[in-house]
Amino acid sequence: MKQSIKKNQTQQSLADSIKAGLYKLWSFPGGIKLPGNKSQSNHQPITSAKTARQLVIPLNQHIGQAAEPVVQVGDKVLKGQVLGHAHGIISAPVHASGSGIVTAIEERPIPHPSGLSALCVVIDTDDYEQCVEYTPLIRENKVSEAQAGETRENSADEQSITALSNEQINSQIADAGIVGLGGALFPAAAKLHTAEKMHTDTLIINAAECEPYITCDDVLMRYRPEEVILGILLIKKVVGAKKCLIGIEDNKPEAYEALLSAISGYTHAHKTAQTEPQIEIIPVPARYPAGGEKQLIQVLTGKEVPSRGLPMDIGIICHNVATAAAVYQAVYRGEPLISRIVTITGGAVKVPQNMEVPIGTPIRDVLTQAGLNEEKIEKVIMGGPMMGFALPSIDIPVTKATNCLLISEKDELTTPPPAMPCIRCARCSDSCPMSLLPQQMYLYAKSRELDKLQEYNLFDCIECGCCSYACPSNIPLVQYYRYAKNEINNKTQERNKADLARKRHEFREERLEKAKLAKAEAARLRKEKLAKKKALDAEKAKQEEAKEASSDDKSDSTASEKSAANTTAANSADLIQEAIARAKIKKAQQQSQRKNTENLTEDQQNQIDEANERRSKNSQIE
Amino acid sequence: MFLAQSSPYLKPDLNVSKMMRVVTLLMVPGILTATYVFGYGVLVNILLAIVFALSFEAIILYLRKRPVRVYINDNSALLTAVIIGVALPPLAPWWLTFVGVFFAIVVAKQLYGGIGYNTFNPAMVAYAILLVSFPAQMTTYWQTPVMLLSHVDGQTLSLLETVQFQLFSQLPANVTMDALTFASPLSIVRTSVLSGAATIGEIDAQGNAFGVFGGIGTEWVNLAFLAGGLFMLRKGLISWHIPISLLAMLGFLSLLFGSFELDSNPSPLFHLFSGATMLGAFFIATDPVTAATTPRGRIFYGAGIGALIYIIRTWGGYPDAIAFSVLLMNMCVPLLDYYTQPRVYGHKADNDDQEQP
Repeated sequence: MKQSIKKNQTQQSLADSIKAGLYKLWSFPGGIKLPGNKSQSNHQPITSAKTARQLVIPLNQHIGQAAEPVVQVGDKVLKGQVLGHAHGIISAPVHASGSGIVTAIEERPIPHPSGLSALCVVIDTDDYEQCVEYTPLIRENKVSEAQAGETRENSADEQSITALSNEQINSQIADAGIVGLGGALFPAAAKLHTAEKMHTDTLIINAAECEPYITCDDVLMRYRPEEVILGILLIKKVVGAKKCLIGIEDNKPEAYEALLSAISGYTHAHKTAQTEPQIEIIPVPARYPAGGEKQLIQVLTGKEVPSRGLPMDIGIICHNVATAAAVYQAVYRGEPLISRIVTITGGAVKVPQNMEVPIGTPIRDVLTQAGLNEEKIEKVIMGGPMMGFALPSIDIPVTKATNCLLISEKDELTTPPPAMPCIRCARCSDSCPMSLLPQQMYLYAKSRELDKLQEYNLFDCIECGCCSYACPSNIPLVQYYRYAKNEINNKTQERNKADLARKRHEFREERLEKAKLAKAEAARLRKEKLAKKKALDAEKAKQEEAKEASSDDKSDSTASEKSAANTTAANSADLIQEAIARAKIKKAQQQSQRKNTENLTEDQQNQIDEANERRSKNSQIE
Repeated sequence: MFLAQSSPYLKPDLNVSKMMRVVTLLMVPGILTATYVFGYGVLVNILLAIVFALSFEAIILYLRKRPVRVYINDNSALLTAVIIGVALPPLAPWWLTFVGVFFAIVVAKQLYGGIGYNTFNPAMVAYAILLVSFPAQMTTYWQTPVMLLSHVDGQTLSLLETVQFQLFSQLPANVTMDALTFASPLSIVRTSVLSGAATIGEIDAQGNAFGVFGGIGTEWVNLAFLAGGLFMLRKGLISWHIPISLLAMLGFLSLLFGSFELDSNPSPLFHLFSGATMLGAFFIATDPVTAATTPRGRIFYGAGIGALIYIIRTWGGYPDAIAFSVLLMNMCVPLLDYYTQPRVYGHKADNDDQEQP
């Protein structure tokens, strides 16, 4: 009862602030109202997972290149120690989330829609929980003790943030292996670096969390609002953004209030400094997918991210609240990203909750701790019910991407009946937040007209699932689009490969042609040299003869010189003739040899075949 | 291994079968009103149409080697049958319904590939073919509206007599066709005005065409269908685009031309509440399979039907025009859908031109 009153009041204040015209909100087309299913898991504080016996830590938990392993099997590693360095510009390091011995570096199944395996570092943990020494950039304030002097402490916080250089903060973020925790998994440092360069003026913090069941951001904001706000201030500092908007769905009044009270100190400090408010928390109407990056930007600013472009192209950078909290931990505690908050929910879980789980912990361990009815499991979904994917087993690790584990029992989620023909009712296009025409794209995907699909802007599809949800014929539309996107990407890759091969071939041909010409030129020069030399020799001989003769008759010398020149010309002509004759003989020989192998008897052919076979086998063994 | 399937994993309890069933149920107020006004023939028509439609559908599905039960259960044949039943003249002989349903289900729907693949609205194909092939039965077998019985000294039939007439063409001894049937308000206006026999005012004075606000008798039927239609809008079963643009265009044109020549043009209310206007706007033009799908396309589609209804009613050869208007606009759907694609998020408005070949 008390709760509901409080909730009403909060919602009232939310409504008031909207009414007061503080925030002008825009809207996005389409979208759907979904049952929230959030109350199961968001009513208790964040629990923490027990250390697992074995941690399986994938080296690629981000967009970009996998981290390069720097540990070896048998190494003893401490909690927080680097297991793999970032490899390339878009990459992130991976750290040990517990102390122990590296027992394997091998391919293990990871949570991925394709069900693929990937290179993982396997650590058998010890009981000591030994930790590397963290080096924070700012010494942490004890936030809890500072009730009365909050304003002062907060402004102290701010001063210490401004004292840091952007490079310092960003390299700390890079070293901590922070990636976008909202689901994109893009290395945060790379994104911030680009944003800084591109003079991004608006920082949008995504706190919408629009998918049903997921509450990990909700509880993070409720129970650790200061961390979120300080993380946001750090990000804002690096980016150099003039304003910061936090977009939060209006179904999370508790989180809104928590953020608001955490922020009030800063706002106060700023009012005295007579600057515009740094951070605005803006409630947005709860309508799926309001938390989609593009939709949130549209709702908060009225701007649209250009097709195939980035928010930075319109001066906006978007980060998730969980990423902000991770930035806080990296800067204030020096702690790398070795754990994350995971929502564990669904009918097959006895105590739905949010748990701070070390990366690499087997999902089975996490579920067991939350109380799992294994026989009740119907589906295991990582992520939400709209955009998540079904896991084939629970014996795979939690990664930086694991925001929610939805363990459904029978009839909790739907297994749609077989698809019926499309009746063109346009419910899909009416619900599409991108204003696409799913019904047309479906027809073209079905008939594999890939060009047409691109004409209908297939690649603008954000795979939010609204169309599939709205379809009365139960057509798995998003599945068709995923398939078509893959198909087109594969085709493009193949074409690129073929282009490369063709270019290589052409280059080789050209090179060979050049080499041939150069060889011919060299041969010609050699021949000329040879001819000249011979001519010179002949001349010398003639001169010697002439010398001998000159003693007899000096007046004859000019005539003899003339005849010498003649002989030289004759000589070189002879040489060329000879060379041609030699070449002809050689050619004839080669031809006759070839004829030898061509007119083989069957026995001889068999023998040769056998020999060849043996040779190839040998080479295989080698 | 747990159950694997692609997201989304949430799905509302919605399917084609349910949609069609609800739409059919929302026609009930209109059907009951029509029965009150035009007699039991309406119910007999609907019943016959349903029996014929389901039989044809089952046979063709069987011949096409499709799962009969699955597709029969989608209720689309049911809806088509009910629309045909309501649209046909209440005293239509059974074979008229039979031929109509045959063309709707077998030719216009199943031969085009079944549900979702037909280009033309099956019920309207049926109506148009019947109107062209059997004009006498289609135009004169309308029973005298109950409101006019005393005014024109008309006669009416009991349920049993209606069945007898429709199945065996047997009339009770004392009943004549002339006394039993009466021209519809639309055709009275149509013939009188076209031949110059009477002005609107004179027709009004005769008192057998204009009711309280629309066509006599039909105004109440239209009102009942409007109620069902508004409920569909409220429930989100149909979008507003088609019915609203259709009615707006029809109203606008009748207002426009009516304000020039009051003598030969009935009021917008008469156009909106006579004939099959409301049935057409909410239950026929909104057939998803054959209508335009883009938001702007649907507006053009609805407005096009509205305009054609007015044109054919006023200057064409038929008193009502829902069937021809819908069929003509069905033909335009691919074009409309192609040229009215919405601007996709993140694309510039003028990008559309580049993308069109």
